[in-house]
Amino acid sequence: MDFPFLWQTVQTLSAGIPLTLLLATLSVSIGVVIAITIAATRLWGPRALQQAAKFYVFVFRGTPLLVQMFLIYYGLGQFEAVRSSFLWPVLREPFWCAILALSLNTGAYGSEIVRGGLQSVGHGQREAAMACGMSPWLAFRRIVLPQAVRQALPAYGNELILLCKATSLASMITLMEITGLAAKLISDTYRVIEVFAAAGAIYLAINFVLTRLVAFADHRLTAHLRPVATGKPAPDTRLTGAKP
Amino acid sequence: MDRPGFFDLMSFGPDGWAPALLQATLMTLAVAGTGYLIGGTLGALLAWAKLRGGPVLRGIAGTYTTVLRGIPDLLVIYLFYFGGSMMLTKLMRGFGYEGFVDLPGFAAGAMAIGVVSAAQHAEVFRGAYRAVNPGEIEAASAIGMSRSTLFRRIVLPLTARHALPGMGNVWQITLKESALVSVTGVVELLRQAQIGAGSTRQPFYFFFAAAVLFLVVTWGSGLILGRAERHFNRGLQR
Amino acid sequence: MTSPAIRLRGLRKSFGANEVLRGVDLEARQGEVVSILGSSGSGKSTMLRCINLLETPSGGEVWIGDERIELVTDRAGRAKPVDPVKVQKLRARVGMVFQSFNLWSHKTVLENVMEAPIHVLGRSKAEAKDEALSFLDKVGIAAKRDAYPAQLSGGQQQRAAIARALAMHPDVMLFDEPTSALDPELVGEVLRVMRGLAEEGRTMLVVTHEMGFARDVSNRVVFLHEGQIDCEGSPAELFGGGGSDRFQRFATT
Repeated sequence: MDFPFLWQTVQTLSAGIPLTLLLATLSVSIGVVIAITIAATRLWGPRALQQAAKFYVFVFRGTPLLVQMFLIYYGLGQFEAVRSSFLWPVLREPFWCAILALSLNTGAYGSEIVRGGLQSVGHGQREAAMACGMSPWLAFRRIVLPQAVRQALPAYGNELILLCKATSLASMITLMEITGLAAKLISDTYRVIEVFAAAGAIYLAINFVLTRLVAFADHRLTAHLRPVATGKPAPDTRLTGAKP
Repeated sequence: MDRPGFFDLMSFGPDGWAPALLQATLMTLAVAGTGYLIGGTLGALLAWAKLRGGPVLRGIAGTYTTVLRGIPDLLVIYLFYFGGSMMLTKLMRGFGYEGFVDLPGFAAGAMAIGVVSAAQHAEVFRGAYRAVNPGEIEAASAIGMSRSTLFRRIVLPLTARHALPGMGNVWQITLKESALVSVTGVVELLRQAQIGAGSTRQPFYFFFAAAVLFLVVTWGSGLILGRAERHFNRGLQR
Repeated sequence: MTSPAIRLRGLRKSFGANEVLRGVDLEARQGEVVSILGSSGSGKSTMLRCINLLETPSGGEVWIGDERIELVTDRAGRAKPVDPVKVQKLRARVGMVFQSFNLWSHKTVLENVMEAPIHVLGRSKAEAKDEALSFLDKVGIAAKRDAYPAQLSGGQQQRAAIARALAMHPDVMLFDEPTSALDPELVGEVLRVMRGLAEEGRTMLVVTHEMGFARDVSNRVVFLHEGQIDCEGSPAELFGGGGSDRFQRFATT
């Protein structure tokens, strides 16, 4: 293998890293909001909205992301109403179309994870909050959601990695992120193996860092699930006799 | 200019694209199905390497899954499509044939999809094997089954039962991944939609039709898989 | 005379066709400790949960102090409170201790106690912390303030939950079988804390199976049977043979 070329390729492809990371972080941020909204709607929303949310998840999980991206980027421009609307400056930009498709897609998958997390929070947790006089919204925000997030974090970390891989599809609508640059380099140089190895190494490095970050966050957030560091808590006989 | 509406385009009439799209749906199923079979076979080997292999085999299988889970599938398809064609060209040069030889898109696509899904299959198989109650295997060897009979009659069916839901998931993922094979020029659903969109300048209608057909296929698969699961789980419900 | 802390009039509650409460009248005066006894399914927990509207009564009146919780029937035929915000305010005045503790698992003991004073009563953090520490000291687990609920024994968790309820300065405290989920050797530490609260003159409604507590600590005992009050009176009357035959059978088994 031609190592100088490999190194040069890594450098060339590195130019695409910021765009890949921007696509991933922006769409996962929007996607999380969508996911929580959809999950909460499916659990507690009015019947009609529940059905709508369920349909959204069904559609976006049942069709390929690439089709969704093409539908948004190439498809919407077919309609004069879209082209003349105030949204057109956004919708004609491949970057925002990619963000839209990725966010809607990860929002649908993420909502299933969040829903599982929300369902794992015992009913008594919310009830105790209500009994203290919290409003339903306060109880959700302060008590239920934080626990659901901790529960859902490992699965969501996995979704983050899948999303990171999925950003490569943005190259199909002209965005020059890592895979887009790699495709261009392949057609320029015909050195498939080297380009593949370089691009692959970059993605693996990104995923490695992401995995560590998620594991770190998980460790920090789940302190309450681990027994204390010294092992089994010693019975505090000194204190069992409470003051009357 | 009066452009044809959605239902004119999607009809079986003279200007309708319905037959082409339905044929493309079959192509999608063929690519995905071939890739799935390749992936299942390779995945079984990987799972076996992980469960029963020595340190070297385990290391190779572990690296394989880590790498394939981290690299975008689109890159893998490029590798097989362009890389395969180049290798084929070099090979043919050895036989004295000059000029460029294309690896058929179908073969490259199916192989790429298979290689990707093999990593997913391997995890499913490994998890399923681990889920089998060791007592049931012990019971079989205790009554004197030979190793091959034990594997064929006891281990395999029990593992299959645990593996089925995961295998269903992998199939759904593979179906959706097969849309990427459109980059190799194979006229599956997405490629056909692109062709239609290009020649009629009505891209929304065509990509919408492709989405609906994908949805029908994944939904139908889900129904069949659910039924299969219930069939294999009989005896588990109380 | 001041108005009673809690007043129930003709309280009814059904789950579907199953009528759990069939018209309960009950009053708890300020400073009174009322033990509510009854076999499982007699509706005693449901009654308690109706007082702070964790269950919405199907009929009857609930008064907390001199405020009545008004109910309307929605289009689906279910009763619901007229003013949800008023219900929240009333709940803040009524402390609840659950059978299963329901400590918030993602917060430390101290955070559990500080949470509602800060976010419901709008106390400052420093103020809430000082107070929380004094309540934790009172129930004897100040040393565990930085532990998470999962790291505590059941008895410690329940005492922390009592501190959480106390931190709201409730007018009334409701105890829903507070010792039923505990191992026998841990029951004593929780009952001791409850006895201490009773001696401070707090108004308490206690659903319990602990006959000793009902007899020795409470001012009044109410015996529920099939969603109605079967008999009630002072512990001396009831345990001295003054209750119904049904109560005698219940108390001796």
